Amino acid sequence: MAYTEEELKKELETKEYEYGFYTDIDSDTFPVGLNEDIVRAISKRKEEPEWMTDWRLDAYRSWVEMKEPDWHNVQYTKPDFQAISYYSAPSKKDKYESLDEVDPELLDTFKKLGISIDEQKVLAGVAVDIVVDSVSVATTFRDTLAKKGIIFCSISEAIKDHPDLVRKYIGTVIPVKDNYYAALNSAVFSDGSFCYIPKGVRCPMELSTYFRINQAGTGQFERTLVVADESSYVSYLEGCTAPSRDENQLHAAVVELVAMDDAEIKYSTVQNWYPGNKEGKGGVFNFVTKRGICHNNAKISWTQVETGSAVTWKYPSCILKGDNSIGEFYSIAVTNNFQQADTGTKMIHLGKNTRSTIISKGISAGRSQNSYRGLVQVHPKATNARNFSQCDSLLMGDQCGAHTFPYIEVKNNSAQIEHEATTSKIGEDQIFYCNQRGIDTEKAIALIVNGFSKEVLNKLPMEFAVEAQKLLEISLEGSVG
Amino acid sequence: MLTVKDLHASVEGKEILKGINLQVNPGEVHAIMGPNGSGKSTLASVIAGNEDYEVSLGEIFLNGEELSEADAEERAHKGIFLSFQYPIEIPGVTVTNFIKTAINANRKAQGLEDMPAKDMLKNIREKAALLEIDSKFLSRSLNEGFSGGEKKRNEIFQMAMLEPKLAILDETDSGLDIDALKIVANGVNKLKSKDNAVVVITHYQRLLDYIVPDFVHVLYNGKIVKSGTKELAHELEAKGYDWIKQLVD
Repeated sequence: MAYTEEELKKELETKEYEYGFYTDIDSDTFPVGLNEDIVRAISKRKEEPEWMTDWRLDAYRSWVEMKEPDWHNVQYTKPDFQAISYYSAPSKKDKYESLDEVDPELLDTFKKLGISIDEQKVLAGVAVDIVVDSVSVATTFRDTLAKKGIIFCSISEAIKDHPDLVRKYIGTVIPVKDNYYAALNSAVFSDGSFCYIPKGVRCPMELSTYFRINQAGTGQFERTLVVADESSYVSYLEGCTAPSRDENQLHAAVVELVAMDDAEIKYSTVQNWYPGNKEGKGGVFNFVTKRGICHNNAKISWTQVETGSAVTWKYPSCILKGDNSIGEFYSIAVTNNFQQADTGTKMIHLGKNTRSTIISKGISAGRSQNSYRGLVQVHPKATNARNFSQCDSLLMGDQCGAHTFPYIEVKNNSAQIEHEATTSKIGEDQIFYCNQRGIDTEKAIALIVNGFSKEVLNKLPMEFAVEAQKLLEISLEGSVG
Repeated sequence: MLTVKDLHASVEGKEILKGINLQVNPGEVHAIMGPNGSGKSTLASVIAGNEDYEVSLGEIFLNGEELSEADAEERAHKGIFLSFQYPIEIPGVTVTNFIKTAINANRKAQGLEDMPAKDMLKNIREKAALLEIDSKFLSRSLNEGFSGGEKKRNEIFQMAMLEPKLAILDETDSGLDIDALKIVANGVNKLKSKDNAVVVITHYQRLLDYIVPDFVHVLYNGKIVKSGTKELAHELEAKGYDWIKQLVD
């Protein structure tokens, strides 16, 4: 195994972030900085109605008064919010009739990401609403969905075409003043997705959005709103990759879910943004607010596989407002090298007979820090609330850290709360056992990690689960020397 | 098949093997016996390539090829299989998934494609039947919550699937009741051919009633102090290890 210097370099380079390429598309970018004029300009550029502009300005004014939170267990250089450009869109503004009209370079980007739109249309039956640098450029399957009365489009279009629906629900689950990053997002969100499932409709396919940050120095502020009307069902997939950069990129998304009576929303995420290099330089700052509200007999399941970003701050939560409603949170968070993740959930039990389940799997390698932070809150009127929480940590090497911060607040003594936590290490004996069966060390780690994460991987839709398994392997490459 | 020459090995600075010589030919069954702490398991681990042990002197050859540069998975690819005395748990990974991964890793090393799912399934069914393994067992997490007997049976199942050239069975009889012992021994015997070889490491004569060795070696204090045919195992059973100790000391 004698390497020449050149071969070694080459091999190392190919192990760098797989999707670390950059697409050179003409972009239409705002000057850096944030003030009321920029907020107005974003709104104007997007041809928004006045109420939306006012809503954004209200959020902006709140944000100016707020302080960046510092209670989380992560350390980073605070972004300079005046050094970020708040709007960037591919310059072709026309909507495309077919893929032939789409910028070939953009299509090439999709190819590198392994998203063959045509293939996906046929094979997976997934309608894809792709967000490249903030504006949706390709939407498929909309006709099929429209026949069932399902609306699936970019949030910008929804503001134009379905203003009443958007106005009725936006900011109702996550108020503009909810937290620092949610306020910032509300002020400047560039685009995102909107989905509405009418009463009694079961969405016939998985709805999928691929997010991507694609412009140097552009923060991305996605806004997603999913409304499942009474007795409807939808499964929504969100997956993302980003090109590698030296400077830190800020990402502050907001996702709001509304599950009306008897409705069910399954929301799955695979997050694979650039985590920074091996020395901890660069990488995405991911400050996300995700929350759903369940009305009577409704159910919301969050499933997430978090492998990317330099810093992650994310707590997909459920407000169990309605009686008999159910909230679920299944999470795998992987940190390697210098990554930091502080993630978990909040289950707020307000209604009677509400149930919640939390399964969190943290995998730490390198010099990374991985924290689970969760809150289970049972309000005085939430009779017979039940929660089960399980937080497992897997450590690789002896320079990483795993932390668990479970908060439990119970104000109704009929509640049943269970919390289990384990911490384990990948043992050399396990690796040797695999080696002896002919399985190399990288593959052995992937096997052990997949076994550890199985309960969560099983919750993902099939095609997503396969992708997620590959991601786990890529993320942990080179983590055992 | 296997040639061990003047093998010295130590762990944490303590020399355990003090000059082992062993020749195993294709089609042969060798038994290695000896009291606790004599170095039996160390010998098995060193042949399998466990890097916890340092080989200070001597050589191991497999089919004429010297192995010091080969790490554990390369040795496995070359056909060495170790049935562990204490099989390791891997939570969440099923018996089926594990063996599938192992088989395909070995095929890849030989430049072959993954085994088609249909063939894999057929193979698994056949080998499970050979060892009287219930299909429910195959979907359990590897060695997690297994009884001692189930663990050992699973080791032999993996051996049956991987079809190694050289199988080293380290105390496979411990933890097995007499019925399980017969099933396991029967499995091993059916897998035996003129092209492969088996090294059985055991304390007791019991297993050797079912897997009949061509040669028996007695390991004591890091050296093979006596070799013979299967009668040696009976003699050892009758006279006890003190007999060997007196012989040597």
